[in-house]
Amino acid sequence: MSYKKRIDGRKFDELRKIEAKVGVIPNADGSAYFKIGDTEAYACVYGPKHLYPKFLQNPTKGVLRCNYNMMPFSGSGDRVRPGPSRRSKEISLVTEKALLPVVNLDDFPNAVVDVFIEFPQTDAGSRCAGICAASMALADAGIVMKDLVAAVSVGKVDDALVVDLNYNEESFEGEVADIPVAVIPSTGEFTLLQMDGIIDKDRLLKALDTAKKVAEKIVKIQREALKNKFEIKGA
Amino acid sequence: MSESKLNVSEKEIVVPGEILATGMSYLPSYGTYRQGQNILASRTGLMRIEGKVLKIIPVSGLYLPKRGDVIIGKVVDVNFSGWSVNTNSAYVAMLSIKDASSDFIPKGADLTRFFGIGDYILTKITNVTSQNLVDLTMKGPGLKKLVSGRIVKVNSNKVPRIIGKQGSMVSMIKNSTGCNIIVGQNGLIWVKGSPKDEILAVKAINKIEKESHFSGLTERIKKFIDTYKR
Repeated sequence: MSYKKRIDGRKFDELRKIEAKVGVIPNADGSAYFKIGDTEAYACVYGPKHLYPKFLQNPTKGVLRCNYNMMPFSGSGDRVRPGPSRRSKEISLVTEKALLPVVNLDDFPNAVVDVFIEFPQTDAGSRCAGICAASMALADAGIVMKDLVAAVSVGKVDDALVVDLNYNEESFEGEVADIPVAVIPSTGEFTLLQMDGIIDKDRLLKALDTAKKVAEKIVKIQREALKNKFEIKGA
Repeated sequence: MSESKLNVSEKEIVVPGEILATGMSYLPSYGTYRQGQNILASRTGLMRIEGKVLKIIPVSGLYLPKRGDVIIGKVVDVNFSGWSVNTNSAYVAMLSIKDASSDFIPKGADLTRFFGIGDYILTKITNVTSQNLVDLTMKGPGLKKLVSGRIVKVNSNKVPRIIGKQGSMVSMIKNSTGCNIIVGQNGLIWVKGSPKDEILAVKAINKIEKESHFSGLTERIKKFIDTYKR
């Protein structure tokens, strides 16, 4: 058997439908909403603010702290226990590492920028949606950053290289590789690269190439959303 | 050498990572950086083009303490040697005894007699270190404890619009509402008058913050206040 047509009818290099909004949470210093297919992410940024406990402070530059959290009934299966778990702590960590290369917190020694990412609904690719939302929220909060970060999952379902896997494809019977990547579009560097499954080297390189191309599309939507918030209307 | 090209126009909103210009004949300034041939944005803000110099006026972000700024702070703690003051930025500032008053304060005096926790003060930043330790002073014209009235918080990037050209905006609000208004550079604003006037002034200030990008803003706000009064 081979994977000729995608389960939801998309083309192999087609993303799910994306919606992005900036400034959705008034109390936060910066916030963003990113929806890709049925995966929805809210990111809020607080700070820079003073960091306690003191031993976490860095006197040379500010600290970035990310928190990934799935809401209790956000998955398609059982209730997810919210709060820190083995999985959510790992994703918080890789999100932080994915964003750190672009943000510049040199002006804020001993301070912290907190990023909270919440998922009311998920359907695979949540860490990528979270990173996309978080980078928009950071830009909204006026943090100095080199570029936005666009994240997407690529991979292999049976024989076919696909972009932006949904849950049905992730759990496809047969050989599946799910590779979430985050890209800095201006330099083409990867800041996140993880994988579930098996893939050979040629296909991996090809998949990463398509990821770069698709990231361009995502970052366009992110920029559009950011501009929408600040754009001068009716002046 | 390849030719230079500008990709943006004056007053356009730009976001981090956007390529503003290519070629070596443009110069990166505040909020921008060079990467090879390109100049990219590193902040969200309004584009400013001054000849060959490209810079970004930020539209969001927290207040960064700057030496010489007159700000409104809130006393959050009283120590042996002075007061800790919240400056509406990432850092808490220090006001030491010797800078707190022109009167002599003896050692061991009860410092809450001067400023207690929760008091708002109009104060000036005398020094900011590389680690962003902030020193304050109360010695200077007009610097004082702010008694009664109310405090409004706005985005510190909007403060120039609230003050207006040579203070035109703030004096217009003062005159037409009859309130006493002090604007701190950190985005805290103190308003004092009769309760009704205070509410009107606060409404006007919030309107300025929301519509700061409109041209002819002073006229707009004046009209708003006039229609509201009637």
